[in-house]
Amino acid sequence: MSNQTSERRQRSAAWGFLLPALGLIAVFFFLPVLVGLVMSFTDFDVYAIGTPASIRFVGLRNYAQVLHDDEFWNALRNTFYFVAVGGPLSVLASLVAALLVNAKVARMKSFFRTVYFTPVVTTMVAVAIVWRYLLHPRYGLINAALVALHFKPVDWLGDPHYAMPAIILLAVWKNFGYNMLIFIAGLGSIPEDLYEAAELDGAGAWARFLHVTLPSLAPTFLFVGVMTMIGQFQIFQEPYVMTQGGPLRSTVTVVMLMYEQGFRWWRMGLATSIAFLLFVLMLVATAIQLRFQGGEARKA
Amino acid sequence: MLAPAALLLAALLAASCQSAKSARTTIRFWGMGREGEVVQDLVPDFEREHPDIHVIVQQVPWSAAHEKLVTGFVGRSTPDVSQLGNTWVPEFTALNALEPLRPWLASSSALDSSRYFPGIWDTNVIDGQAYGLPWYVDTRVLFYRKDVLAKAGYRSMPTTWSEWRTALRAMKKVVGEKNYPIFLPLNEWNPPVIFAMQAGSPLLKDDATRAAFTDSSYKQGFDFYLSLFHEGLAPPVGNNEVANVYQEFGRGYLNMWITGPWNLGEMRNRLPAERQNDWATAPLPGPAGAASGVSLAGGSSLVLYKDSPHKREAWAFIEYLSRPKVQLRFWKLTGDLPGRVEAWRDSALMADPNMHAFQQQLEHVVATPKTAEWEQIAIRLQDQVERVVRGSVSPDSAMSALSREVDLMLEKRRWMRERALAAGGAR
Repeated sequence: MSNQTSERRQRSAAWGFLLPALGLIAVFFFLPVLVGLVMSFTDFDVYAIGTPASIRFVGLRNYAQVLHDDEFWNALRNTFYFVAVGGPLSVLASLVAALLVNAKVARMKSFFRTVYFTPVVTTMVAVAIVWRYLLHPRYGLINAALVALHFKPVDWLGDPHYAMPAIILLAVWKNFGYNMLIFIAGLGSIPEDLYEAAELDGAGAWARFLHVTLPSLAPTFLFVGVMTMIGQFQIFQEPYVMTQGGPLRSTVTVVMLMYEQGFRWWRMGLATSIAFLLFVLMLVATAIQLRFQGGEARKA
Repeated sequence: MLAPAALLLAALLAASCQSAKSARTTIRFWGMGREGEVVQDLVPDFEREHPDIHVIVQQVPWSAAHEKLVTGFVGRSTPDVSQLGNTWVPEFTALNALEPLRPWLASSSALDSSRYFPGIWDTNVIDGQAYGLPWYVDTRVLFYRKDVLAKAGYRSMPTTWSEWRTALRAMKKVVGEKNYPIFLPLNEWNPPVIFAMQAGSPLLKDDATRAAFTDSSYKQGFDFYLSLFHEGLAPPVGNNEVANVYQEFGRGYLNMWITGPWNLGEMRNRLPAERQNDWATAPLPGPAGAASGVSLAGGSSLVLYKDSPHKREAWAFIEYLSRPKVQLRFWKLTGDLPGRVEAWRDSALMADPNMHAFQQQLEHVVATPKTAEWEQIAIRLQDQVERVVRGSVSPDSAMSALSREVDLMLEKRRWMRERALAAGGAR
C-alpha cells in the first residue's frame, strides 16, 4: 500500500520535473512544426501578409511544384554532393585528429584538443572573412601554395566546378573538432587489455588499429555518422556567407533554397513544403544508415 | 564684456533646448547602404528648422534591407519613414504597408509630379495612386570609348539601332578579332530587358498578370540583343569572367557598356590617366531614334508607413529631403543623381559633360512591371537568356519555358485581381 503511494508520488514528481521542459518543447518546437505542416498545404505568400483573407488551401500543389522545379533538383544535387563527399571526409578528419591527439607519444594533448576544437566555436562570419582571403584567386595562400607546387591557380569561389569543393574544405575544417572529441571519448573507453592481448598475439600497430580500435569504435561511428549526416543535409551557413549560392547556382543547397523562397520571396507555403521534403529525405537516409551501420555496431 | 554675453547666450540656448526637448517628437528613418550613412549629415539642419522633431536614422545594409523591411512589417515595427528602392514600391503596396501620398502631396505646394522625371514618378504610382516620392534617380546609359568610335569613322554616337549596329561592326574591324565593341554582361537581366522595352514590350501583359515574352515586341528586342552576340560584337560572358571591367575598358577589350551613374566615379578613379579623355557617355539608341531609346527608371523613393503615429513630422522630413538644395547637397555627398528636375539646372552638377547623357536619358525612362513578383521574374529571365546566349537552348523554347514559369508565379496575382474585380462588380 505504502509502496504504491510512494510510487505514485515519485511518478507525479517525475512529471513535475519533466513538465517545464516538455511545455517549452511543445510551444517552441512541436507547435511551430505543426503550423509549418499546415502552412505547407496553403499558398501563404507576400499577399497573405497584407491580406490574410487571400490564403488558400491548395492541398499538395506546393509539393508538386517543388518536385517539378529544376531549382529544387539542382539544390538537391548540390546537397548530396556536399553530404557524399564532405561527410566521409569530415568523419575521416575527425578520426585522424582523435588518433593523433590520443597517441601515446603525443605531447601537449589538451593544447591540441583545444586548438582543433576552436573552429567549431568560432563564428561562421569571422571564419568566412579569413577563408575568403585564403581562397582568393590572386592573393590567397592556398593558390600561392598551388603555384609553388607548380599547379595552376584555381578561382575557388568564382568557378562553378570548384566552389562546392571549396565549401566542403571549409566545412570539414570548421566542424571536424566536434566529432574528434566524441572519437577521443570512444577511444578512451577501449580497454587497455585488448591491446595487450593483441600485442601478445603478435599484432602490429596497423593490425591492432584494424582489429581492435575500429571494431570497438563501431557504436561511436554510428553516432558520429548519423549526427554528421543530419547536420550536413542542413548545410546553409557556409555557402550563404561564402558564395550566396553562386556561381551559377552551384552552391545552392536545399536549406538555402528554402530560405530564399521563404524569406526573400516570402512564399512560405512553398518554403515549408521544401522543409518537409527535406525532413522525409533525412528520415530515409538515417534509416538506411541505421540498418547498415547499426548491424555492424550490434555485431561488435 | 564678452564673458557675460556668452553666458547669457549659453543660458538661452540651454533653455530653448530644454523646452524643445520636452515637446519633441521622435521619428525613425531607415536608410540603406551608403545613403543611410550620409543622410545623417542632413539631419542637423532639419532639426534646427524643426526644433520639435528629432530624427533617428537607422542604417540598413542593402543586402538585408528587403528582409528587414518585410520582417519589420510583419512584426508591426516599420519605421515612420524610409528610403525604398522604387522597384519595391509595388510589393510594399501589395503588403498594404505604405501610406497613399495623395492627401500629403495636396498639402505641399512645392511637390507634385511636374517636378520629377515622368518615367521615374510613374514607378511610384500603383493603380493611379502615388505611394512614394522620388529621392534620387538612377538609370543606365551607354559608356563608350570615344577614340575607338572615332577610328571607326563616327564623330558621335548613332541614335538608331541599325546605325548603332553598323557602327559596332565598323568598331569590330578596328579592335580586331580578340576584342569586342560592346559588353552586355550575361549575369545582368538589365540589358535584355532594356532592348525589349525599347521595342515596346510591356514584358508582362493583362494588367501584369501574364508573361509577354512570346509576343512580337519582346521578340524584336530579344532578336536585336542576340544578334550582337551572334555577330561577335559582344562577348558571351558575365562580369565574373571579365575580372576587371575597367582594366578591359581601358585596354580596349571592351569598348561600350550599358551601365549606371555609379560608374562615372569609378571610371574617373580606375581608368589610367592617359585614357581619361577617351571615354564619354551617351543616351541609349532606340529602334526608331532617340525617343524610343528608353532605359530603366531606377532609384530610391521616400515612403511613409501606414502604421506610423507621426506621419505629419515624417512628411516634413520628406519635404526637407526633397528640396532641390538639399538634393544637391546629397548629390555632392553621395554622387546619387537628384530626383527633382530643378536640381538639374545646377551649374556644378551640369559641369560634368557626362551628366548630360543622364539628363537626356532620364526623360526617356520606363518602369519595369509593377508587381511584387518582378524581381524574381527578372532573375529567371536572366537565367533563361544566359542559356540562349551560351547556346544550350533555342530562343523560342527558352522564352516559352520562361513564360510558363512566370505565368505560374503570377497565378496568385491573377486570382487576387479577378477577386477584386468580382468584388467591385458586385458592389
